[in-house]
Amino acid sequence: MNRIALSMTVLADNPAFSARTVIHDVAAICDPLGALYLPDHDVLVVSDLHLEKGSAFARRGMMLPPYDTLATLKILEAVIARHNPKTVISLGDNFHDRIGSTHLPEPFRLMIETMARGREWIWINGNHDPDGTTRLPGTAMDELRHAGLTFRHEPSSGTAKGEVAGHLHPAATVTRREKKIRRACFATDGHRLVMPAFGVTTGGLDLRHKAMTGLFDRQNLVAHMLGRDRIYSVRFANLLG
Amino acid sequence: MLLPKPFLRWFAEKGWHPRAHQLELLSRVQGGESMLLIAPTGAGKTLAGFLPSLVSLTERGKVPPGSAFTGIHTLYISPLKALAVDIERNLMKPVGDMGLPIRIENRTGDTPASKRQRQKLNPPDILLTTPEQVALLIANGEAERFFKDLKYVVLDELHSLVTSKRGHLLALGLSRLRRLAPGMQTIGLSATVADPMDLQRWLAPQAPDEDNHAGLITVSGGAKPDISILQTEERVPWAGHSARYAIPDVYAAIKEKQTTLLFVNTRSQAERLFQDLWTINDDSLPIALHHGSLDVGQRRRVEAAMAENKLRAVVATSTLDLGIDWGDVDMVIHVGAPKGASRLAQRIGRANHRMDEPSRAILVPANRFEVMECQAALDANYLGAQDTPPVGKGALDVLAQHVLGMACAAPFDPLLLYDEITSASPYAHLTWETFERIVDFVATGGYALRSYERYAKIRKTADGTWRVSNPQVAQQYRLNVGTIIESPMLNVRMVKHNAKGSVGRGGMSLGKVEEYFLEMLSPGDTFLFSGKVLRFEGIRENECLVSQGYKLDPKVPSYNGGKFPLSTYLAEQVRKMLADPARHADLPDQVRDWLSLQNDMSMLPKEDELLIETFPRGSRYFMVIYAFEGRLAHQTLGMLLTRRLDRMGLKPLGFVATDYSLAIWGLDDMGEAFLRGRPSLGDLFDEDMLGDDLEAWLNESFLLKRTFRNCAVIAGLIDQRHPGKEKSGRQVTVSADLIYDVLRSHEPDHILMEATRNDAATGLLDIQRLGDMLARIKGHIVHRALDRISPLAVPVMLEIGKESVSGQAQDFLLAEAADDLLSEAMASS
Repeated sequence: MNRIALSMTVLADNPAFSARTVIHDVAAICDPLGALYLPDHDVLVVSDLHLEKGSAFARRGMMLPPYDTLATLKILEAVIARHNPKTVISLGDNFHDRIGSTHLPEPFRLMIETMARGREWIWINGNHDPDGTTRLPGTAMDELRHAGLTFRHEPSSGTAKGEVAGHLHPAATVTRREKKIRRACFATDGHRLVMPAFGVTTGGLDLRHKAMTGLFDRQNLVAHMLGRDRIYSVRFANLLG
Repeated sequence: MLLPKPFLRWFAEKGWHPRAHQLELLSRVQGGESMLLIAPTGAGKTLAGFLPSLVSLTERGKVPPGSAFTGIHTLYISPLKALAVDIERNLMKPVGDMGLPIRIENRTGDTPASKRQRQKLNPPDILLTTPEQVALLIANGEAERFFKDLKYVVLDELHSLVTSKRGHLLALGLSRLRRLAPGMQTIGLSATVADPMDLQRWLAPQAPDEDNHAGLITVSGGAKPDISILQTEERVPWAGHSARYAIPDVYAAIKEKQTTLLFVNTRSQAERLFQDLWTINDDSLPIALHHGSLDVGQRRRVEAAMAENKLRAVVATSTLDLGIDWGDVDMVIHVGAPKGASRLAQRIGRANHRMDEPSRAILVPANRFEVMECQAALDANYLGAQDTPPVGKGALDVLAQHVLGMACAAPFDPLLLYDEITSASPYAHLTWETFERIVDFVATGGYALRSYERYAKIRKTADGTWRVSNPQVAQQYRLNVGTIIESPMLNVRMVKHNAKGSVGRGGMSLGKVEEYFLEMLSPGDTFLFSGKVLRFEGIRENECLVSQGYKLDPKVPSYNGGKFPLSTYLAEQVRKMLADPARHADLPDQVRDWLSLQNDMSMLPKEDELLIETFPRGSRYFMVIYAFEGRLAHQTLGMLLTRRLDRMGLKPLGFVATDYSLAIWGLDDMGEAFLRGRPSLGDLFDEDMLGDDLEAWLNESFLLKRTFRNCAVIAGLIDQRHPGKEKSGRQVTVSADLIYDVLRSHEPDHILMEATRNDAATGLLDIQRLGDMLARIKGHIVHRALDRISPLAVPVMLEIGKESVSGQAQDFLLAEAADDLLSEAMASS
């Protein structure tokens, strides 16, 4: 199930088979829609929305379809309605380029305002959008320490206990009966967690890619892969390179 | 007298006479007609095509220095760069001998920029070029001046050009040339085709309610070719494409002749045959290899050696199909079935480039079905039957490219451009509404949500014409012109295992292989490439890492399986042969025994019947469908049937398709379900599968995504190349897939989706052919529920291994993988 099709059918009250995990002693739930929920702190985390990717390309002469922002926001609406969190943290690359949030069409701005009403909203700055957001609710910052965890866009090098990051768009591949199946995933070894990309037109990077080396204790690394309506949790050792 | 003196003298000196068709063509062209010349190779076709130009230029004489700018007189267009170069050589000779005052030059992608620039300032009389160069020339601001004196356009190997998107682009180019030079005439040169009128119309401007077409001259083939099927004592295998069993016989045949051309259908077959021949080449005969992914320098060396008669044999793919002069070939060996009757005739024509001597050819079937197919092709050749595909409707992605090109040349008036475009026969039926949608697409992407107006590539100006928004648009157009889309290729690099068993740093690069082939591999799989058995280690960035494979037999024997699907005509002949026991007498004993065994154990279907067999094997249940509609149509059928079976709860796991049949397997006994009528086979094979099921499947089909990617690149939605930064094929694939998903969900009627579906119907998915079959077999399905595999099923069963899983089965397998982990975890706690 690709995310763009998911956005057409997604329902907030869809019974979700989530996966429970613990990051540095903080309980967390991996939602199949691609968001992380921290029940003890009522925090919802998403990462790499890459809003306005289509128009970023159109400005350079490639007329990609202009539907990506709406689709991403629809899934975001659903997952926020499902958990109704006190705080929402968007972990960077919120927009595909620096001027994306300035050029955001009004209807999308309204959608975000509605979602943010009555909640605390944090925009972590990413490498695509390092300058924060304009005319949107919430606070922009480079990183945030909250609930005993550190939230930033790019994972810091080495093992970083209690870090929740994005940027890498992790994906994992399993093989069954000689067939390969590849999905975006949450990657965690219990110390840190790297989020799947939430945006509908984002690609993925395999967990075995060299950009991932050194980040996790592979003995305890688990890929929580996004399935149609549930999470499939597979140990690193059982993944295909 | 038609021919000026120098020509008569030249013919006399050579001791030749102008042939009747050469003179007829000359006189009819001089009378003002556009012409199509259909002739076998060796009939002096090229000279015939150029005679009108040479005569006209001789009569005109040299342009005196200081005269006004004179544009090119004749444009020669060939599908291959190499052919344009070859023709230059062949044409210069008589022109030089006769001392004619004519300047001939070629212009291809390899021509240096300085020479191209000079050609624009000081054009030659005759320009030899390719369709892509024509597109570039007419999109240039100088086009009007350059082509104003154009008299003739000579189109070589027209039969191979017209049926592809290149042909569509060229047809549009011709329509523009006609506007730039209104009196221009076309001369098409072609091998024998099924429907000459198709080409005759293509050569002439079309107009509503007029029947415009070029004149036709047909030169009938000389001596009948002498074709046989290889007689062998060896056992003909059940399946596969390698024809390894026949190598010693093939080698013996090469030894007997002076120069042999060996044709195969795919690059991998060429690689393997070449390797196998050298293994037993005890006499060290000079045997060479020639195929499209080899280094250009290497190919040129082989071509040169061939022309000088230094080689005894060349193993080649379709790169050698076309009319390049290859010296004195006295035999053609076709390894594997030719897949089409016309293709066989054209390839056999390579032997003995003189039309009055019979061509000698041997067909080497690679498996038992191919024995029947070769027999059918041989019969067809004897009868002179043709099965070339029709020209077809012009593709919309190509049209979008052309529209942008025309805006790059000069601002265009949409009404005039529409009239011009519909004068090209592939686009004669284009509606104004579709044309407008294409223009809209070129401008802003053509989305219902009109959010890109301010980024438009072309804009309507106050006087009603459309012009490009900025010079970068034209620059980008020039870099992306053409319809040949390379499939994404990854570099193959050799690596070694280090002491710890992990893969070390990269070693030498072996060449490039298609990405989609690698996607089927898991680390540890072995495959054959550039003459070596390689072990697949994985993909690192944009490279495929491999190590030395120590096995003799690669696990994945081929990539790009059978390139051409079996033609409808040959398929029908094979079905007839199967149904008629009297004709089995022509077949070798082994094949005859196989068929009679099939008749005893199951049955042989009648000509109009569709046989379906079901049987258990191992822990699975199989269904084999003998449809004989070619691999592409079978693949589509396989996708659709597994979808339906999935929905009916019969849990299909995968399928495999060959040119002749399709096998589907699953966890439940499908045969038993059919016997109970749940579902009935009539329902399962109902034509309605081409409705909703097709739609639903297209949603996920990677084949359609590949088709879409090509359309998106050709139409200019995504660039294959950016000025300054090359975008690799791998990156293009990723973004094209995402765009496809977006359009599928949000704007399924987008013009590019329409273009993709049109392509799929005739191309990769062969939906048209599948539809024809479903209509044909209605009420003629026969089912045999067997307790074990039948003889006829053996070939397709041997192909199993590269299975594909679709639909729910994917999530089912994913769940299984997760459950494994669960049980593993529970066992360890």
